[in-house]
Amino acid sequence: MAGPGRGGIDWSFRIVAVLSIGGAATVFIREGSHVFFEVLFEDTLLFLEIVPKVLAGTLIGALIRLLVSKETIAATLGAGSGLRGLGIATLAGILIPAGPFTVFPLSAALLVAGADAGAAAAFVSAWLLLGLNRAIVWEVPFFGLDFVGLRMLVSAPMPILLGFAARAAFGRLVAEHSAEGRAE
Amino acid sequence: MILALTASLYVIVAVLLVVAARRRDGTARRALDFTKTDFLHLLPRLVLGVIGAGFLARLLPQDAVLALIGPDSGFRGLLTASLAGALTPGGPVVGFALGSAALKSGAGLPQVMAFVTAWSLFALNRMLMWELPLTPAWFVRLRIIVSLPVPLLVAGAVMLLR
Repeated sequence: MAGPGRGGIDWSFRIVAVLSIGGAATVFIREGSHVFFEVLFEDTLLFLEIVPKVLAGTLIGALIRLLVSKETIAATLGAGSGLRGLGIATLAGILIPAGPFTVFPLSAALLVAGADAGAAAAFVSAWLLLGLNRAIVWEVPFFGLDFVGLRMLVSAPMPILLGFAARAAFGRLVAEHSAEGRAE
Repeated sequence: MILALTASLYVIVAVLLVVAARRRDGTARRALDFTKTDFLHLLPRLVLGVIGAGFLARLLPQDAVLALIGPDSGFRGLLTASLAGALTPGGPVVGFALGSAALKSGAGLPQVMAFVTAWSLFALNRMLMWELPLTPAWFVRLRIIVSLPVPLLVAGAVMLLR
């Protein structure tokens, strides 16, 4: 996919590759081929469980990217949107089935289009903490529904709280700037 | 249940595809092209991530995991887990893989919650590779600062609920 940051050295991929191959080799040497193939078999089952979800996730992400314009979303979260704006931003973050290459530009677009720092913070935090797509595709296969459900439950209020905190912090940032401006 | 989740994802795909196809402007075809590129990008990461997770789980020193972030590691365990989460590379697999491996090796539930939450919010390389290039730096700083207490809050809530 063509996005900024692509094409350069993909450090996270290299780290994962080194860890995985190193881990596999170490298991083979330390615990023998029997354990090695046992683990490999379990991993392959997990992999086969995840692949169809990843495919669905990429399909949804690509379709949403093309069907919903950034402008439409930014308009819904205009400045002064209050608790409702934070709520909508949170909901959007939960539902948007997209990767970082969509979400971060979108949050930047929100800021430029007049959505406040609170709405942008709520949106990004909701995507990071409560994103349904990521939870279903990646987290449930590793942890199971009980863990993910509990984590979602206790994290649910966080995006709104962070939205309010970001608004307050942004207000202070602006106040400091304008105070400096007057002093000059 | 998990099958139902997968099925519901494909229902969403079908609905969106119909909407895209009805535009008759090549949106559906472009979406499929995007999907192909994205999926081929993800696939090798997925293979390595999932397979690596199993082997790493096998290798994680259980004594060390127990001592550092076990159920009795207390507040210091929560801090250790949060820090480890922030330093774990991003990407969709690594944090979940390591977290579930730690859980299997005897880490405490609140500690693993703190780890996963910190990883979700702060994973350094995602921040450096994606967030900082794509969003204004002042906003990233603001988001990080207000988010700092969240892993501990989540872990605390988990402790209260159990």
